[in-house]
Formats: sequence, C-alpha cells, structure tokens
Amino acid sequence: MKIGVVTFPGTLDDRDAARAATHAGTMAISLWHNDADLKGVDAVILPGGFSYGDYLRCGAISRFAPVMEKIIDAANGGMPLLGICNGFQVLCEAHLLPGALTRNHELHFLCRDQKLEITNNQTAWTSSYSVGQEIVIPLKNGEGSFQCDDAILAALEGEGRIIARYVGKNPNGSRNKIAGITNARGNVVGLMPHPEHAIDTLTGPTADGLGFFTSVLKALVK
Amino acid sequence: MALDTVAIAQRNPDAVQPFAELGLKPDEYARIKEILGRRPTSSELAMYSVMWSEHCSYKSSKVHLKQFGDKAVKTDALLVGIGENAGVVDVGQGYAVTFKIESHNHPSFIEPYQGAATGVGGIVRDILTMGARPIAVMDPLRFGPADAADTRRVLPGIIAGVGGYGNCLGLPNIGGEVVFDETYIGNPLVNALCVGVMKHSDIKLAKAAGAGNLVVLYGAKTGGDGIGGVSVLASETFDSTGPAKRPAVQVGDPFVEKVLIECSLEIFAEDLVVGIQDLGGAGLSCATSELASGGSGGMKVELDRVPLRDATLSPEEILMSESQERMCAIVEPKHIDRFLEICKKWDVTVTVIGEVTDGERLEITWHGDLIVDVPPRTVAHDGPVYNRPLAKPEYVDRVNAEKVIVPRPSTAGEIKSTVLKLAATPNLADKSWVTSQYDRYVQGNTIQSQPDDSGMVRIDEKTHLGVAIATDANANWSYLNPYEGAKLALAEAARNIATAGAIPLAVTNCLNFGSPEDPGVMWQFAESVRGLADGCLEMGLPVTGGNVSFYNQTGAIAILPTPVIGVLGVIDDVRTRTPMSFDRAGLELYLLGETADDIAGSEWAYMHGQRGGCAPVADLQREMRLIELLVAGRTSQIFTAAHDLSQGGLSASLTEMVLRHNVGADITIANIEVALISESPGRVIVAIDPAKLEQLLALAKKQDIDIVKIGTTGGDNLVINGAVIPLNELRTAHTETFPKLFG
Repeated sequence: MKIGVVTFPGTLDDRDAARAATHAGTMAISLWHNDADLKGVDAVILPGGFSYGDYLRCGAISRFAPVMEKIIDAANGGMPLLGICNGFQVLCEAHLLPGALTRNHELHFLCRDQKLEITNNQTAWTSSYSVGQEIVIPLKNGEGSFQCDDAILAALEGEGRIIARYVGKNPNGSRNKIAGITNARGNVVGLMPHPEHAIDTLTGPTADGLGFFTSVLKALVK
Repeated sequence: MALDTVAIAQRNPDAVQPFAELGLKPDEYARIKEILGRRPTSSELAMYSVMWSEHCSYKSSKVHLKQFGDKAVKTDALLVGIGENAGVVDVGQGYAVTFKIESHNHPSFIEPYQGAATGVGGIVRDILTMGARPIAVMDPLRFGPADAADTRRVLPGIIAGVGGYGNCLGLPNIGGEVVFDETYIGNPLVNALCVGVMKHSDIKLAKAAGAGNLVVLYGAKTGGDGIGGVSVLASETFDSTGPAKRPAVQVGDPFVEKVLIECSLEIFAEDLVVGIQDLGGAGLSCATSELASGGSGGMKVELDRVPLRDATLSPEEILMSESQERMCAIVEPKHIDRFLEICKKWDVTVTVIGEVTDGERLEITWHGDLIVDVPPRTVAHDGPVYNRPLAKPEYVDRVNAEKVIVPRPSTAGEIKSTVLKLAATPNLADKSWVTSQYDRYVQGNTIQSQPDDSGMVRIDEKTHLGVAIATDANANWSYLNPYEGAKLALAEAARNIATAGAIPLAVTNCLNFGSPEDPGVMWQFAESVRGLADGCLEMGLPVTGGNVSFYNQTGAIAILPTPVIGVLGVIDDVRTRTPMSFDRAGLELYLLGETADDIAGSEWAYMHGQRGGCAPVADLQREMRLIELLVAGRTSQIFTAAHDLSQGGLSASLTEMVLRHNVGADITIANIEVALISESPGRVIVAIDPAKLEQLLALAKKQDIDIVKIGTTGGDNLVINGAVIPLNELRTAHTETFPKLFG
C-alpha cells in the first residue's frame, strides 16, 4: 500500500508523517506541491507545517498547488485523505471539509501533550480505535481553534462527523471541543493534533497516534 | 549623495568623512588610510566600519580568546575548530555534529519579537553554512525582575519571537534557560544555540578558491532593514538620549529561511559549491571579504546586480544591510546551471554577482565604476586588536568578605515553606508557560527537552546514535568570582549531559558582559575566559567556537558577568538514556557528591537580597569522576533516574523529580538547614531499584564519590524529615508563577 505525503514549501512534518506511515507497514511516497500526478498512491497525507509561510491565511495558497487538483479529484472519488494541522487547514480551504481553523483563543502557539476522545471509528483513518477511547498525542499550533456556523455544527454533530474531541480544558477555543472531523463519506479526515509524533514512547508521549496509520492500511486492504 | 569611487578618492584625498559616526576611532580611520594608501571611498568606509566593529572583529576580546587555542587539548574529535562559522565535532559512525551559540541581546531589547526571531535565524544559517542539516535549537534567556513592567513588554515578545521563527523552521526547541535578575532590566540576554548534523564528507567551508568560479547570492532580496544592525547596535551601550535605533533591527521571514535551508541542503547534496557563507552581521561586507580572504584573495563583485527590495538603496547601504535569509556561494561555472535549477525548484531568488579572480584584491563595482578596491584580509581579519586595561573591581573583595545571612529551615513548618517558596520563585518555577510556545516534537527525533537536564536528539534511527546538549551559566557565582564561575558553569553543563548518560565531547560559549571600556568589566571577562580555558583543558574538552557580547550595559549598570557555556555530548544508544525522574514507588534515592555550606550566590540567598560571600571552588577532577560514574551507570543500566542539583539545591531538584510523574518521595537527611538549600556543585540524585545497590556502591567507591541514601519513592507527598508537602500543593506553587506573571 502506498501513501503519498505532500511537501509544500514550508511543510515541516512531512518526514515525520512518512516515518509514521512506514512504521504502520505502508510505503511512503513523497509528493511535491508542483507534481501533476499522484504517482499511483492509494492514500494521501497533507502534513503539518507552515505551507507558503501561512501567507494570507493558513492553507489558503496551498489549496491552489497543482498537486491539490489531483488530490481533490481523488478524494471526491473516495481515496483516503488525512490532513494534519496545517493539512487540516488546507482541507478546509479546499472545501473538502467544512469550517475554518482560527487563532487559538489564548493567542499563543501551544505545544502540549493533549488528551483526546475518539468519537467516530467508522472512517478510513480511525477504525483502529474504539469509540470513547482516550488517547494522548501532541498538539502544536497557533491557529487550531475550529470554528463554523451553527448549521454546520449541528450537521457535524447530527451526522457523527466529529472524529475526536479534546478532553479536559479546551486548549484553543474550538467549538464543541472539536479536534478532528470527517466528510460524509468518511474518507477525508482533518485533525489538529499530531498522531505522527506519537508512534513510539521514545520520541513521543505515547504510541497512541499509530492507530491513524494502521487504520488506513486496513481500509485499503479491505 | 553622489557616488564616491576609487578614482574620486584618489583625486580628492582630503574629503571629510563621517568615520566617527560609523563608530570608528581616529586611529582606526588612520589605519585604513595607511592600508589603502589613500582615503577610503564611502563604500570602503562602510565595509571597514561594520567589519571592525566590536561585534564583528572581537577587537577587545581577541587577546583573551587566544587562550582557547593555546590551552587546547589535542583531540581527534574536532574536525573544524574556531574561526569557521561553527566548530564541527566527530560523533562516530561517520557523523559530524556542529553547534554554536550566539547572542542577539541588543536588538531584542529594542524590538523583542524581531530581535529574538532573527537571533534564531542567524545561528541556524551559521550551522547550515557548515553543510549541516539543523536539527534543534535551544535558547538561554535572561530578563530583568519578573514583576517589572518592562519585563512584561520584553519577555512575551522574545518568547513569541523565538517560537515564531524556530517553529516555522521545523526545528525542535530542546531546552534553554529563563533567568531573572535586576541587572538585565535594560539589557535582556537572548542567546540562541543551534545544532546540526552531517556526514564527515559534507563539511563546507567559507572560502572562495579557483579563479573564474562564480560568486552567487541567493535567498531573500536585500532591503533597508538592519543597516548596521548587530554590528552597530551591539558595539555600544544604551543611553536614553540617542536617536531611536529601531530601524537598525532586522526583520525576519522564517518561511524564506525554511525554503533556503531545504534549497541549500539539496545543493550541498549534489556537491555544487566550493565555498559558502551566510549573510549575518555586516551582510555582504562580511560575506564577500571573508570568502575572498578564505581563498586566494581575489574577487570581483558587481554590486548593482544585487536584487533589492528597495530600489533606492545606495551602494553603501547595500554593503551594510543585514537583511535576513541570504546566502553567498562560490560555484564552479560547470555547476551553475544545476545550481540555478535547484533554486528555481524552491522559488529562491538567485543572482550571479561576481567571480573569483587570481588577484589579491576584492574589487566591487557599481554600474561599472570601481567603488571598493581592498585587500580582503584587512577587512575580514586584520581589524584592530585592543589590549584594554583591566582591573579587579573594588566590589569583589568587599562582597567576598560579607557573611551571608539567610533564614535556615529546621522545623517541619520551615522546611515546608522553604520548599514551596523555592518551587514558586520565578527563577526556579515551572517554565511550561514559555516552553509550550515552542515545538519540541518536529522532526520526530526529540528524546529529551525542557525540563530535562539536557536536550537530546537522535541522529540515526537505525543505530540509535544521539547527541545531548546543555547550556548553563551561574551569573551569581561569576559575580563573586568570575574565574571559578566560568569553571562551575562548564562543570554544570557537562554534568547535565552526563546525568542522562551521554559523554561530554565539546564546548561552545556565549560570553555576555558589560562595556569592555570599563576596566572592571574587562577584568571579569578576562577572568571568565581564563577560567573556561583552564577548565576545558583540565576536562579534556575542546572549545569549538563561541560568541562575545559586550556593551550589555545601561549607563553605569553592567549586567552580571554571564558566560553561558554549552556542552555537547554523544550517546551511543538513546534508548538506554537515564531519565530525569522516576515513575514508580519503591525505588531508593541516593545523593552523590559532597554537600558544604554553599549558600553564597545561591537562589535562596538571592531571594533574601544577599549578594555576598565566596563562590564555591570548582573541583573538576571530582566532576570528571562523577561523570564517569554517571556514564558507567547508564551503560550498565543501574539508574532508574538521575537528576542534577544546581540552583535551588536539593529542594529544587526533589521538587522537579516528584512532580515529573506525580510520584512522591520520603526523604530523611542530616544537617537540613544546610542540606536543603546549599548549592554545592558536583551533586546528583539517583533513583535505583534496591537490587542495584551493590553495583551503585561499587561504582561510587571506584570513582571515590560520596554517596548517602536520602530516601525512597512513593506516595502523594514529598516528605522531608517529617515535613509533609502534598504534591498538589507543591504543583500549584511551582506552576502558577508564570501564568500569574505573564497571563
């Protein structure tokens, strides 16, 4: 199984995402923002970082990168697609997911080991978890506060499309403590915290993040 | 202003020039005329003035810094020594590591965010310039009193700047210091350390060899920001009457630097450069003169080819601009197409601005007119050298004779309140308000970071090879005795590496002092350098490079002498490191090392307004035996945890250990009124499984290190001689200080 990891100028966590994908037993393939094809990958990860320096708005420029055109088509066709942190911001800008990520309510960049509750294990990226399972993975961003209008929030809640929520104190002011969401089909997932930084206890706070990457392997094998 | 050319300078030798406004002394100006055999052009004057500034030329410190070479230990580990952009150390398995600290103190006081941000950017480019991939940063910071109004302006801006730039580069921040003292109120210290890794074969040097090779400028366009930035700012003291210096602060764009790093590493991987230099302090003046003098000397540059952000800049301003995120490479003509192609891939602006010649002069033209014609060595390396007067300040004997009088804890109530006060005092309180603004996870190789004793990163995922770094300074001790203070800081940094089980390999330093024109400050500086050089020689550690920051002085108030010492160590398998704390009950705690009544210069004394007494005397032989013990204990996996004792003594170290994993301890210790607060150097707490006791005792005996059992782990309290301190209460005291102060 081949998982593409996209590098935009300013992407930071591409090698980490590739390491996590490899660790889970898939083959990681580098995709460059200017690539016009997806090199035959079965799934794609948009990793964290500051693509295009977060100029204008986080993710606003990346959304127009040549590689995104193909990724958007493939995702609309059902290909599993995970956006982590800046990748989540790109997915919102690309309208693959609703809402927007805004400045943390305390106005600081925040890096901490964050407890989450998995609330939907029916997606391509969360099937290795059980609903209600609590995991701890790093959260690290300056603009991670998920915002949307009441109608969208009601739809996300009603359709069970919130895949993870922050446990304990709301770290960034996200509505309904939303840490991650999915599209109606369950193949596209956006997540603010970083599962790729929690694949072993040597370098991460836990190995709890690995489940996102083993989940997609299961989804692809099926 | 009309263009001043070499021809005009020859025709019009007596023109009055603003050398004093550019910071040059009359004799320095006369020396330039003597070198050139004529008056300098305005462009040459600009170059000499920035390159001969204190910041760039080390003119006041050079005569002392020589000791690092003269007293150097012979070691095969040092691949590149002092003089290049950063020293390079062999860490085995074909890997080389480069690391260095630099100061960005003055700009950070004027404009905290940009000052700190560009401090990170500058040191990262130094590391990149050696051919290395930057893998981590650290930032020792010092501020005025925590509750001072100006600290509330300066600190949040500096923290946000360090984070804003470093986070966006994708570099984990793995440690540093945050220290408060009145003397830093007008002169906060922002020291930034970067470490990078490469294969031996990838080392790059700043030299422009080979006539016909091209001089290539790439990265950001040149703007009017930071003209004479660090070089001018960091070469004089602040006073209240001068004009605003804000325009002299550079403005950074970390995105441009991130792209520049990846672009450069791709260029290095294909071996496309002969020499390389980043543009930092003194900008193009520095890069061209250093590259040329690193080679055979000859270089021609067409300055009008430099891409500009502001088309109105004069040639003098272009030569002096310290615009960030620029690099200068020497490229063979056969490689230039590929070089340009890689820059295009990364959308990096790139321009061929000149070529290496077989002459011995650096010649710079502006639209065809010759405006600079100098021997480059005279600009880059032959600046003035001062043997400034030095004299032991009168305060030293006076304060050394003072008796330190502080409350001594003996009853249970006193013990508890002492522990809680030390836990909460700003210098010892939990720093997560600061460190949570830094990304410590990016790159996925961080093994240790704040609040561990040292930062540790893995450099090979297959063999698990890693490096550890710690930075330390104890300015209170340096104030009482700068010679011992420097040695003690070296010992502490080395110990902080060794508690995790890494072996100290090399030393870098950032020497922060007041005005070198004050003989007392100069004495503090000379004594610190002598102490550090002697200490490194005794411990067998080479100094790989460093940085001097003078003029950290506002009016008559100089900062405490603050030599920040960084030690780099290697660990063959990061999986076997000794953690800082224990995560379970039933372990035994031992104190290694000897405790004396070392209250002078302690945090407890500082909290009680006491600045007197004598600093401890460093026993480096004992420190080295303790390090051997710690490394051997790690290798044979004796320790469950090991933690250094330093500021705040036993009280602070126990606080940090029990709070780390929320496992308490029951401690019994003799002579509590000394033992709880003393800061005697050379001490470590270790936690072991009781079954390992024989091994531990044998190691302590072999290395002749005092050892005493102080307690056991477990429970929800820290209990000291019967004084019960609930962990929740201790945690509240330790963690609420920073949020209360800084929101």
